[in-house]
Amino acid sequence: MTDLPNNSAAKKLGLVIDLDTCVGCHACAVHCKEWNSGGVAAPLTDIAPYDADPDGVWFNRVHSYEAGSGAAGRTVHFPRSCHHCETPACVTVCPTGASYKRAEDGIVLVNEDLCIGCKLCSWACPYGAREYDYDSGVMKKCTMCIDRIYNDAFAVEDRVPACVATCPVGARHFGDLGNPESDVSKLVTARGGYAPMPELDYKPVNRYLPPRARPAQAADAALVPAESDAAGILGWIDRMLSR
Amino acid sequence: MHPALSVILFTTASGAGYGMLFWLGVVAVANTLPPDRFFAPVSLALALAAITGGLISSTFHLGHPERAWRAISQWRSSWLSREGLVALATYIPAGLFGIGLVVFHRSDGFWAACGGLAAVGAVSSVVCTAYIYRSLKPIQRWANAWVLPNYLALAAMTGALWLAALGALFGIDRPAFAWLAAALVVPAALLKLAYWRYIDGTASASTAESATGLGAIGQVRLLDPPHTSDNYLLKEMGFRIARRHASRLRRISFIAAFGLPVLLMVTGLYIGGTTLIILSSTAASLSTFGVLIERWLFFAEAKHTVMLYYGGSRA
Repeated sequence: MTDLPNNSAAKKLGLVIDLDTCVGCHACAVHCKEWNSGGVAAPLTDIAPYDADPDGVWFNRVHSYEAGSGAAGRTVHFPRSCHHCETPACVTVCPTGASYKRAEDGIVLVNEDLCIGCKLCSWACPYGAREYDYDSGVMKKCTMCIDRIYNDAFAVEDRVPACVATCPVGARHFGDLGNPESDVSKLVTARGGYAPMPELDYKPVNRYLPPRARPAQAADAALVPAESDAAGILGWIDRMLSR
Repeated sequence: MHPALSVILFTTASGAGYGMLFWLGVVAVANTLPPDRFFAPVSLALALAAITGGLISSTFHLGHPERAWRAISQWRSSWLSREGLVALATYIPAGLFGIGLVVFHRSDGFWAACGGLAAVGAVSSVVCTAYIYRSLKPIQRWANAWVLPNYLALAAMTGALWLAALGALFGIDRPAFAWLAAALVVPAALLKLAYWRYIDGTASASTAESATGLGAIGQVRLLDPPHTSDNYLLKEMGFRIARRHASRLRRISFIAAFGLPVLLMVTGLYIGGTTLIILSSTAASLSTFGVLIERWLFFAEAKHTVMLYYGGSRA
């Protein structure tokens, strides 16, 4: 059923992405593609992958932005994937019941056997989290690596989404954001984690940690221009070179 | 948004069909259906053909059309599902109304009630169609109060114009209805102008800054996109139309959908006879053509918030 589960107190599994440490290497996106090409949502079809104009399904895309200008300006790498929202319109607009939000952990999934490929869910998602698979004719999306996080064949420390497991700088965290005592919840509180586009009220579960403020920098002495009216031999050289 | 031909044909054809069904039902309830043997049955058949053709066309853009029947299951939350269900349910009173007309040559009492129910179903179907778009918050140009009245007015207008043309063709002497059809063009045109004025003058609440949450640092610019060629998101949600083309198409659709039909109807009604047949059917055809362009623009001019992640500043 595309009705939403009515248990706001339950577990909310989600990702916390640290935009301060993310280096924009795309490893999370590549490992996501690799794992899910063989996972529950497989295949993640590629169309013309070795051609001039390749296309294909990815659950995770890394954008790089410039924010601000001048000394305050920053380059920020911004991984974008499903936020497993608490009020996901992608689920409620689904006419067939293929899209659903799990009551037990809040993960939003697609039952590909029910999906008719009407694409309405992708229109309803403000974050672009859903991608249509032109080859199999159904909608695909991030599964929070449901086939890893509950996988008994894995060592406990490996039961995290592929993107989290692979991040070389530890910028991605996974846990229960419904539990205020969890490590990820404490991290979000400590760092002022936020959800994007709060004005649309989809209530994303995932959080981004904003880039840290730069420490106030002392004026760098090395960058102060040399006095041009200096006297003596240095002044003479400066005058000669400035001609 | 990518203007998918199947959806444009669907909303235009089924809109006109439901408009015809609505007016046939209303006229039957008012007990003023012309006693002509063929007018009402042929009109009803054409209305149902337009509706059915539209509904079939809408399945062409599906990845799995063979599973389309599943789409009526989620009526509790999905406007698309509600639309499918209401559209199917409307066939029942519309079919009975048709049986009354064809088999029993009657459109009173029970049969008129069926016509009335079919009219209610027709309005409900168009409301559901409009709400599929109206309820999508990421697309500010759809999620506004002008969308529903526009869909209803355009369906009522095209349906009435087709019925007036058929009436003229069958020699039905009911100028009042033809005048009503001509008059319906005016609110439809005004509502379309109001919609265009609204989307031109209003920006989305979402920005590149709110989409990334980086607004506190300053203005946000895309430095590197995640991929070098267009993916599904850019093909489906990244459709762009040049402002120059859009304003030209708006003019063409406005003249075809509203301007010429109202002139042709008034001229035809003054002259009457064969001229009315020619002019009213031209008015209905032109109007439908204009609505097709209008519907194409409705998609082409709509912007989705996902484009904020790909360098757009407003959605």
